[in-house]
Amino acid sequence: MAIRESLSGNEAIALAMKQINPDVLPAFPITPSTEIPQYFSQYVADGLVDTEFVTVESEHSAMSACIGSQAAGARTFTATSSCGLALMFEMLYVAASSRLPITIACVNRALTGPININADHSDTMGARDSGWIQLYSENNQEAYDNFIQAVRIGEHKDVMLPVMVCQDGFITSHAVENLELLEDEVVKKFTGEYEPEDFLLNVQRPIAVGPYDTANFYMEHKRQQAEAMSNAKKVILEVAEAYKKLTGRNYGFFEEYRMEDAEAALVIINSTAGTAKEAIDKMRMEGKKVGLIKIRVFRPFPFDEIKSALQNVTAIAVMDRCEGFSAAGGPLFVEVRSAMYDSLKRPSMVNYIYGLGGRDVRVEDIETVYNDLFKIIESEAVGQIYRYLSVRE
Amino acid sequence: MAKTVEIRWHGRGGQGAKTASLLLAEVAFNAGNFVQGFPEYGPERMGAPITAYNRISNEKIRVHSNIYEPDYVVVVDETLLGSVDVTAGLKSSGAIIVNTEKLPAEIQGHLSGYMGKICTIDARKVSLETLGKYFPNTPMLGAVVKVSGVMEEEKFLNDMKKSFAHKFATKPEVIEGNIKAIEMSMKEVNGI
Repeated sequence: MAIRESLSGNEAIALAMKQINPDVLPAFPITPSTEIPQYFSQYVADGLVDTEFVTVESEHSAMSACIGSQAAGARTFTATSSCGLALMFEMLYVAASSRLPITIACVNRALTGPININADHSDTMGARDSGWIQLYSENNQEAYDNFIQAVRIGEHKDVMLPVMVCQDGFITSHAVENLELLEDEVVKKFTGEYEPEDFLLNVQRPIAVGPYDTANFYMEHKRQQAEAMSNAKKVILEVAEAYKKLTGRNYGFFEEYRMEDAEAALVIINSTAGTAKEAIDKMRMEGKKVGLIKIRVFRPFPFDEIKSALQNVTAIAVMDRCEGFSAAGGPLFVEVRSAMYDSLKRPSMVNYIYGLGGRDVRVEDIETVYNDLFKIIESEAVGQIYRYLSVRE
Repeated sequence: MAKTVEIRWHGRGGQGAKTASLLLAEVAFNAGNFVQGFPEYGPERMGAPITAYNRISNEKIRVHSNIYEPDYVVVVDETLLGSVDVTAGLKSSGAIIVNTEKLPAEIQGHLSGYMGKICTIDARKVSLETLGKYFPNTPMLGAVVKVSGVMEEEKFLNDMKKSFAHKFATKPEVIEGNIKAIEMSMKEVNGI
């Protein structure tokens, strides 16, 4: 039986963590993810979990402690945002290459300069090549559901990779919304116990973790790591299927919204997808064939699946809540455009940088993007490929 | 067909406008609605103007933007009237509710010519009489429920009793005062 609740995105994540009851949770606070370890420390104080809660002096130390404990054989979670994730950067690579399935709740916040506390995706997009699986969440429900699934995905023996569960800072992390929860025992049964094949505290089979790798072996290790990321695709779908049996909620690599006959489509990540759905319903009432692809899994990137989902669309706007400073478009655009290269009817494609540092996105803003796509379709001219939405020039 | 009520709160950091918006979300949720309650965050500190929002709907809420054309506006601190355009986008079919000892006719001239309903409540008086301290958010919550009619009054009061009993489990002495604050505020809110 689903439990009807209203919680903020941060509360939803903290509650998922409580239900799973990890062995260790090292954390250092940073806005807007601070509430996650804050709520969790209350669970520890109240004896509702038996987790070892480790207060550390920085995010670099937080991720180092995660690596140590996960390597020892303990299921380990943490949470961070923005500069906190940046300070973990070196250790993110150590976690992934050591094949340690740590789960981190990342509450997306602009990665500084000028300093800003609000949502954009520059923090996790900066970590996209670190070897972590990345799951993104439109709302509090998805943040909760993704976190529970993340544990099983990362720990699968064909994967053994860390997972980052992302949601938009403040927009969902601090917004109270309706959601449906699972009972504690259902979550515990779904995530099970962490049972690594090898771990540091196993005296029967001693191993070393993180030693120097010579040129003679380094490349093979990287090849195996890449293979694990490819394997994750199958596992992500299997876990989604098992989760659907529990909840009825459907998860895949991405969500297709009113794509069946769409002429103009958006590709987007996180909370603005909900706002875009509202715009789509409004424009569909006016007879406009518009649709949406909402990316849930950015790493591994669903290359072939994206191509299939978008190949019959005439014009596409890829929405990046992150400036890549390539002077040619943001990180999501690059991936989607690359996927479409092999499609037979290459759709017209443009990129919008939007919502940086918490710039609000309204239903009307999304409508202007679709209207721009219809102008491209009518004129058969793409024009400027790399664009900005709602910016003062 | 979705029927969504949108509410915008104006207050100053530390007065509890954000808490009031979260409380309203909670009671509307308990009444069976779909809700959103969220603050707009900047570098605000104690005393700086802040904004918070509510959406209350009979259908799932998907929009994740701020609210630009609210049905109701709640002003927790009347000193904001001179510096913040509190009626911006406010629907004339809705209402503004201001915390002030003045009557609606006296503040009408400070509302940029707003043509809709104007309501006032002296939340300071209500709060001092019922709680002995100045906490404007509970009286303002009572006033907004009364004026907007977003939920049935008796059900709202019962839910608040339950909610306060849970929230103040370690401080039961404040439960009665808070309920009285809501009741008094619902009775005393003036409207034109």
